[in-house]
Amino acid sequence: MKNTALYDTHVELNAKMVPFAGYNMPVQYEGVTIEHQTVREGVGVFDVSHMGEFLVSGPNALELIQKISSNDATKLTIGKAQYACMPNENGGIVDDLIIYQIKEEQYLLVVNASNIEKDWNWISAHNTMNADMRNISEEYSLLAIQGPKAVEAMQSLTSTDLSAIKYYHFEVNDFAGIEHVIISATGYTGSGGFEIYCKNTEVKQVWDKVMEAGASFGIKPIGLAARDTLRLEMGFCLYGNDINDETSPIEAGLGWITKFTKDFINSENLKAQKENGVTKKLVGFKMNEKAIPRHGYEILDTEGKTIGEVTSGTMSPSLGIGIGLGYVTIANSNIDTQIQIQIRKKQIPATVVKLPFYSNK
Amino acid sequence: MNIPADLKYSKDHEWVKIEGDIAIVGITDFAQSELGDIVYVEVDTVDETLDKEEVFGTVEAVKTVSDLFMPISGEIVEFNETLEEEPELVNSDAYGNGWMVKIKFSDASEVEDLLTPEAYKELIGA
Repeated sequence: MKNTALYDTHVELNAKMVPFAGYNMPVQYEGVTIEHQTVREGVGVFDVSHMGEFLVSGPNALELIQKISSNDATKLTIGKAQYACMPNENGGIVDDLIIYQIKEEQYLLVVNASNIEKDWNWISAHNTMNADMRNISEEYSLLAIQGPKAVEAMQSLTSTDLSAIKYYHFEVNDFAGIEHVIISATGYTGSGGFEIYCKNTEVKQVWDKVMEAGASFGIKPIGLAARDTLRLEMGFCLYGNDINDETSPIEAGLGWITKFTKDFINSENLKAQKENGVTKKLVGFKMNEKAIPRHGYEILDTEGKTIGEVTSGTMSPSLGIGIGLGYVTIANSNIDTQIQIQIRKKQIPATVVKLPFYSNK
Repeated sequence: MNIPADLKYSKDHEWVKIEGDIAIVGITDFAQSELGDIVYVEVDTVDETLDKEEVFGTVEAVKTVSDLFMPISGEIVEFNETLEEEPELVNSDAYGNGWMVKIKFSDASEVEDLLTPEAYKELIGA
């Protein structure tokens, strides 16, 4: 089991540590509900240094990325980031990722911790054009500073005008006394804020300064449990739950990052799926009664016939009700469709709803 | 970790307080802290007679769900209905207002088989 560079800090903060994707990670500090609310209403900081980072460079870097990515990386310019997935040859997804264009002929690929090795092998195997690849996952840390107060709370730490960085854009600049830090207006919470990439040797200083600058804004450290409830309220997919080696990006509602303006791995089949339609679809649903859906629970129609399975579920701390994502047959995927979730011995009614579940006022 | 000396414990992380032929049952401080923020306690077995280790209910936390097991055999005579409105009492007052059910127990020898505070402390490595 690996530790992030901030392991001792989490232990000192009395975090509950759990093994996750090969790392000891803080799952919660004070409690998932209070941590969730802190990000929705104020500002919180997550250590997500378990995430993987690959640097792809050279004259053939773009060609490699275009081949493996579902999205169109020619739309990137220096300082822009793009969400994408890597389709496999069998209709599924190898991983979802964010691609940053750092400079001319250089891209940073940020991948899920649990998939670092699989992704590295996958991309390497398709690197027939000999782009330069470096796996820098073990050298780099990632902090997510998220919430409506993130801009104001962090402004004193950098000469960059934080309010000027648009969503899915970034700058490489000074932050918390460290030079050449990636300050990216991205995140997995839907409440705004930044993600900060720096070296492992620098992250303790960055963390301490972030906590210090955020103190008067009520900043709190936030664990993986709240990271999951926050992303689920936004309807963001989690690899391993909602998408995996067998789910199609079209079925998963990731058509918006699947661009047929270019060829990529399995693009022909996915294009046919998009044109001919799919048989099931990932939807969001709310429980009509007091009950909580969980990963793996069966989804039924109102007649009691099985129509799918829950892929993610939780109590929504913001809404106070059970919410979930799951694949259902196309006939049952329209907004307002009444469905049922098999929870232990009971069938509890639920309604298909539009995503996100939660939106900031 | 709080493990009151005047209670008995089960290996499923429940505490048991004996009052005559009634056992008051809840989950331990360790259990509530492992579960995290508790949002529902569901007990549909009032008036039912269940064997030791049968499931008598479910506790739902934000992130996880866990079954509740009978620490001893008997009839569920009361559910703490306060928990329907205030399930967070299980987190804040696990051994007091966060109690879950009262069981009229049928076999006093099972009480003897429950864990002592020392044995429970050892079980959770506290």
